[in-house]
Amino acid sequence: MAITSIKNLKEFSTNNDRFEGAHLLCPGCAHSMIVRELMNCTDDNLVISSNTGCLEVSTAVYPYTSWDTSWIHIGFENAATAVTGAEAMYKARKRKGTLKDPDAPVKFVAFGGDGSTYDIGFQWLSGAMERGHDFTYICLDNENYANTGGQRSSATPVGATTSTAQAGTHSYGKKEKKKDIVSIMAAHGSPYVAQLAPNKWKIMAKGFQKALETEGPCFINTVSACTTEWKFDPKDTIHITDLATDSLMFPIYEIIDGHELNILYRPKNVLKVEDYLGAQGRYRHLFKPENKHVIEQIQKDIDKNWELLQRREEVRI
Amino acid sequence: MAKEFDLNEVEVWDGNYAASQALRQAQIDVVAAYPITPSTPIVEGYGSYVANGYIDGEFVMVESEHAAMSGCIGAAAAGGRVATATSSQGFALMAEVLYQASGMRLPIVLTVVNRALASPLNVRGDHSDMYLGRDSGWIQIDAFNAQEAYDLALCAFKIGENQSVRLPVMMHQDGFTTSHKAQNVYPLKDDVAYKFVGDYVPVDEMLDFTRPVTHGAQTEEDWHYEHKAKQHKALMDSRSVIDEVFAEFKKLTGREYKRVETYMMEDAEVALVLLGSSVESAVLAAKQLREEEGIKVGVVAPRCFRPFPYDLIREALDVPSLKAVCCMDKSAPGGAMGALFNEVSAAAYTTSSRPMITNYIYGLGGRDFAIDEAKRIMKEQKAHVDAGHITTNIQQFSGLRGPKLGFYETRRS
Repeated sequence: MAITSIKNLKEFSTNNDRFEGAHLLCPGCAHSMIVRELMNCTDDNLVISSNTGCLEVSTAVYPYTSWDTSWIHIGFENAATAVTGAEAMYKARKRKGTLKDPDAPVKFVAFGGDGSTYDIGFQWLSGAMERGHDFTYICLDNENYANTGGQRSSATPVGATTSTAQAGTHSYGKKEKKKDIVSIMAAHGSPYVAQLAPNKWKIMAKGFQKALETEGPCFINTVSACTTEWKFDPKDTIHITDLATDSLMFPIYEIIDGHELNILYRPKNVLKVEDYLGAQGRYRHLFKPENKHVIEQIQKDIDKNWELLQRREEVRI
Repeated sequence: MAKEFDLNEVEVWDGNYAASQALRQAQIDVVAAYPITPSTPIVEGYGSYVANGYIDGEFVMVESEHAAMSGCIGAAAAGGRVATATSSQGFALMAEVLYQASGMRLPIVLTVVNRALASPLNVRGDHSDMYLGRDSGWIQIDAFNAQEAYDLALCAFKIGENQSVRLPVMMHQDGFTTSHKAQNVYPLKDDVAYKFVGDYVPVDEMLDFTRPVTHGAQTEEDWHYEHKAKQHKALMDSRSVIDEVFAEFKKLTGREYKRVETYMMEDAEVALVLLGSSVESAVLAAKQLREEEGIKVGVVAPRCFRPFPYDLIREALDVPSLKAVCCMDKSAPGGAMGALFNEVSAAAYTTSSRPMITNYIYGLGGRDFAIDEAKRIMKEQKAHVDAGHITTNIQQFSGLRGPKLGFYETRRS
């Protein structure tokens, strides 16, 4: 496949522009950065599907479209199935010789938010991964149901307040831990699974390229900072994402063939999680004296997870 | 290139196998499927063709019926021929995506083997699933026996893929009574069948990168209404295409299909309107009653359930001699009159004879509907005629154990 130059951001950001700037995503939403990077990192033809969610409702409102490539949306849960149906059709038509341009390289990509990936579309994603189609699934993880106004998902972290797991006089917000989607996808035997972030754009672009080049079902979880529901200034999207990756709240790593774990980014100065939490309105209540224990617990969990990732990287089994 | 399947002039096939052979001959590009009783053998049959080189296309065994239809939609949008099969709960699980397939104007063929919907769980045949699909925007065609399941599955592709139609098509047959009953079936040779169906012509395909297409866009109050109206028009206009395809099929095979099948209606005094495998029983009963008691009974069977053949039903019932009509619904009515009763009454209201119309619910969960019961119901209609008014409740239950169940008195003058 033709790999696009990713030497400098300015050049890269204007390359190949198949995701049009005109869309309805919130100012400061990281979704468009991630989608744009995916589409800029390859010159191959793309068939893209999207689950229902912020991305879909903001980019394909008739009679407009932001997608200068083949694109399909069916429902909330089935983007993985839609694009793998298309991939099956591609194989069949290639074999039968009914494609208009049989030699043009094609990549199949599905996008879903954490609602459709971790929750409502989990079965469809699992099925598509098990069937071994040649496609890449990218989760735009903003840790809540942002499209419907900010309800909890199983990707919402402990302590965050959402409209259905609210902080109040009797609650510190969400009590359940975030689902470890990366391990679950790696356990499907996927040849390439990664967790990436748009502030580390070069690592992310390389991860995307690796997934697209790898034959078989690949999965990438991307952190997509949500200015509206995490409650930070729209200009601070990358700053907040820096805090997420440098506090190790959101570690950057890949898992190859289900077992070979590589940490792709090690912060020089690891930040305390307070720095990350304190920058967002959704965690403000945790800084009340009665909720201090929650912050301590979050820090402990982060430390434990980082230790686990490093050990997994060492043992490679 | 797929191997040719060696077929005899007459085969002994059940409805499931007949349908699966038709799917094979249409040389589908992608089948995405999930098995469910009683349609499982269609998927299994197709699997055996894949395993033995009779299929060039892809066979994708997904993890649910919802995923089966989702995969079919993705595949169809990528510009090829697509089909699957299901029944009952699987059909219900697909319901969300059925509407998307029709709204996106993708000519997918779904062979439905009709089965009751739980609860209580039941694997036998009734029309609950077929009725569930009636507002989904699909064309619905009903086969009454195995031969028809084969013939109409071939026709389904040609109807749905017609450029002026471009709509998905359900081809229904009754669970077990048709799907598992072996009968003589006269198949076409592979090349003849394929030639009849024709090559698939892609429209707005996702694999043509010279012209990127967005499928499944969002519309709100500004455009949604126009889309749905246009879709409805396509469905209504498909009537003439269905007629043309049936005519072409008759020319090829001598076997004639009509959107509404009528039997002995020319001089009928009473008529039964019903669907599916019960039609054959009703026709036999009508013939016997004519001989035995001289009651002039006719039978009307809407082969095309959607678009509902309002025009032809009206025509079929506009017989001066016709005085009483009984509509037989094989689906739990859920607090209403049966759907067939409602549709047929609306059509009959505009006839000059305006016959009395009653409604029987029957055969739920596979309860047998035998010739004796058909005759009893026909004689009951004759009693209405003789009395000059409906002598029973308007809606009754046939073959129900326990006390009689009926609703709505007739208003007598």
